[in-house]
Amino acid sequence: MKVVIVDFGAGNLHSVSRAVVNAGTRPLVTSNPSYLEDAEAVIVPGVGAAADTMSNLRASGFVEPIRDYIASGRPFLGVCMGQQALFEVSEEGGEHECLGILPGRVVRFSNGLKVPHMGWNQVRIVKQHPIFEGVDDGSYFYFVHSYYPQPADPDVVIGETEYGVTFASVIARDNIVATQFHPEKSGEAGLRMYANFLKIAATAGVA
Amino acid sequence: MLTRRIIPCFDVADGRVVKGIRFLNLRDAGDPVELARAYNDEGADELVFLDIRASPERRDTAIDMVRSIADEVFIPFTVGGGIRSPEDVRQMLESGADKVAINTAAVENADLVREAAERFGSQCIVVAIDAKRSAAGSWQVHTYGGVGGGTPVEIDAVDWAGRCADAGAGEILITGMDADGTQEGYDLELTRAVSEAVPVPVIASGGAGEPEHMYEAFVKGKADAALAASIFHFGTHRIREVKQYLAERDIPVRL
Repeated sequence: MKVVIVDFGAGNLHSVSRAVVNAGTRPLVTSNPSYLEDAEAVIVPGVGAAADTMSNLRASGFVEPIRDYIASGRPFLGVCMGQQALFEVSEEGGEHECLGILPGRVVRFSNGLKVPHMGWNQVRIVKQHPIFEGVDDGSYFYFVHSYYPQPADPDVVIGETEYGVTFASVIARDNIVATQFHPEKSGEAGLRMYANFLKIAATAGVA
Repeated sequence: MLTRRIIPCFDVADGRVVKGIRFLNLRDAGDPVELARAYNDEGADELVFLDIRASPERRDTAIDMVRSIADEVFIPFTVGGGIRSPEDVRQMLESGADKVAINTAAVENADLVREAAERFGSQCIVVAIDAKRSAAGSWQVHTYGGVGGGTPVEIDAVDWAGRCADAGAGEILITGMDADGTQEGYDLELTRAVSEAVPVPVIASGGAGEPEHMYEAFVKGKADAALAASIFHFGTHRIREVKQYLAERDIPVRL
């Protein structure tokens, strides 16, 4: 199976790549957008700031290929910034236009709690999805972020987390799954989600 | 609910953990990878590796170590010691570290924290501060903390923590030098003063000897995470046991 990890110059690729290897597949980590054309699963990771993420995605020519890839219906996993980038606008450092694949905004925590929201927090499963197979409701995952998505369509929210507010920590729509936390840094439960994603992709390839 | 973190810290030199771990039945107690795996199984929330003999000549060894930890360990880990430039930060992150801790170089190079945070994001920049009590309610920053008690500089630690957070540090690791090594508890006053002064998470360090000390760091020190070395390495207390103790006292922890 051709699993592509998008390298647009934003950190933690090593961990994501190792998590995929752990799940039994050797991924291709690439900064060349043309590899998305025949990819069977695509992962967009990312840490850092929204403005940088978007300008890096643009500069490396990934914006249209990612849109085309998602439109083709093939399995897509976004992690952290890779989740936030799917929405229309991020308020991080001003207003930044994102990929606009999911309606909604990305906003900053403004509840007087410490920011970044950093550490292990629980995910409440609000809608069952194959990505959660074997993952207990209330499992802990590792978060590091100062902004969170507010999807316009509540139906896309499949996992929620509390940090002063209740926010969408896992979203899914059609072929898209995305997490605000870092499953590659969340021990067994996180590795399980990578394995589940690859299983989803393998099944999609057969169908 | 966001849990309070328990973070074991390892001193490393030339890619090996020094100060042997005495309680776990390990084939090689100096192997950072084996230790990281064991502490992950013990329930550690994150790991910190401090290179106590970091130098440019030893850089490749440190990078190899970071890479092999990242290959095997799927919880976050921080690397500190000898991080002096954005280039050092980049190397560590690209090798697989999740965060880097900057200490002396932050004091000596006023722009380093800002530059590193802008380039790599605040989430991966931890500023480590070694502070010694100088008067009632006041602590002085010390650089070169690993060398003969450190070198005092004319900077107030609480004020410095605030400036580092303003510059983009995503987390402050505060070590009370008076308490460090005593195993009689963290410097709670210092921890609390820093926690109240900065809007970012604070890791308490120096002095942990009992589970109660961690409880105090969270409740009285208002810390977000507690770092410890000897208490875990010598097997005085196991991480899970400490977490059970905290959970029984209504401190949210990941069990």
